[in-house]
Amino acid sequence: MKLSEVRDILDAEIIVGEDSLDLEVQTAFGADLMSDVLAFAKAGSLLLTGLTNTQVIRTANVLDIAAIILVRGKKPSSETITLASELKIPILATKYILFETAGRLYMKGIVGCLPKVETTSGRN
Amino acid sequence: MGETKANLYSESFQIEGGNFNSAGIVSTSIKSILKKLGIPGDIVRKAAIVSYEAEINVVSYAKKAVVNLTVKPGAVLIDVIDEGQGIPNIDLAMQEGYSTADHRIREMGFGAGMGLCNIKNYSDDFHIASEVGKGTHLKMTIQTPST
Repeated sequence: MKLSEVRDILDAEIIVGEDSLDLEVQTAFGADLMSDVLAFAKAGSLLLTGLTNTQVIRTANVLDIAAIILVRGKKPSSETITLASELKIPILATKYILFETAGRLYMKGIVGCLPKVETTSGRN
Repeated sequence: MGETKANLYSESFQIEGGNFNSAGIVSTSIKSILKKLGIPGDIVRKAAIVSYEAEINVVSYAKKAVVNLTVKPGAVLIDVIDEGQGIPNIDLAMQEGYSTADHRIREMGFGAGMGLCNIKNYSDDFHIASEVGKGTHLKMTIQTPST
C-alpha cells in the first residue's frame, strides 16, 4: 500500500515527507523501546511509536525504516523534524493509540515485519 | 588486486560521553561511508546497528570514546574504545534485561538491557574487554561476501 493510503487510514498529518507519499509499504513494527526496534524491525517497514526524540530518527535511519508513524497524538520536537528532513525519513502523526493504529493498518493488509520472535533476543 | 583497492578503508571517530543529543551521529556516518563503498545493504545495516548501540553505551556510561572503522576484503571491523567507568561484571552486563540505566537513557528509548545482546547478535564476531575505572573495548566484526 502507498504511504498516502496509510495517511488516509490513520487520518494522519504528514510532518515530514510530503514528497514520499507514493512510497510502498507492506510491513510494520510497533514499540517505544528502541533496542527492541533495533532487534526486530526489518528494512522497509513502518515504525509505529510513541517516542518522539531524535533517537527515533537515528534508529529508523540505521534500519532503513520506510516511515515513522507517531501514535497517541504525539508531536515531534523541532530537532526531530530537522533530522528527519535531513535523513529523508517521513514522519506521520496520528491521534489513534498504538493498538488502534496497528489494528486499522492490519485490517487493510499491513502485517508485522515478523509474526513472533523465536527467542527472547530475536532474529532467526 | 582490484578488490583490495576497492575495499580498503579506515577512519576514526570521536564520541563524547554524556552528550545524549549526539548519540547516533557516528553510526549515521559509518552507514553512509559503507553505502558509498558499495557494501551490501544487509551488511551496512548490521554495522550501523552495532555501532549505534555502542554509541548509546558510550554517551550513557563513558567519558569519551574512539571508534575505529576498518573495511577490508571480507570484513567490516568496528572497534569502540572508551574511557570511563568500565564494567565490573561482563557476564552480568551481557545478560539480556540487565541494566544500570538511568532515566535519561530510558527516555531515549534505551536502557532495557539489550544493547550488548543486540551488538553480539548482529556481529559475526564480538569481543568485549573491560577494566573498572579505565574503560571498555568492544570489537565487532561483520563479514562481507568476498568477491
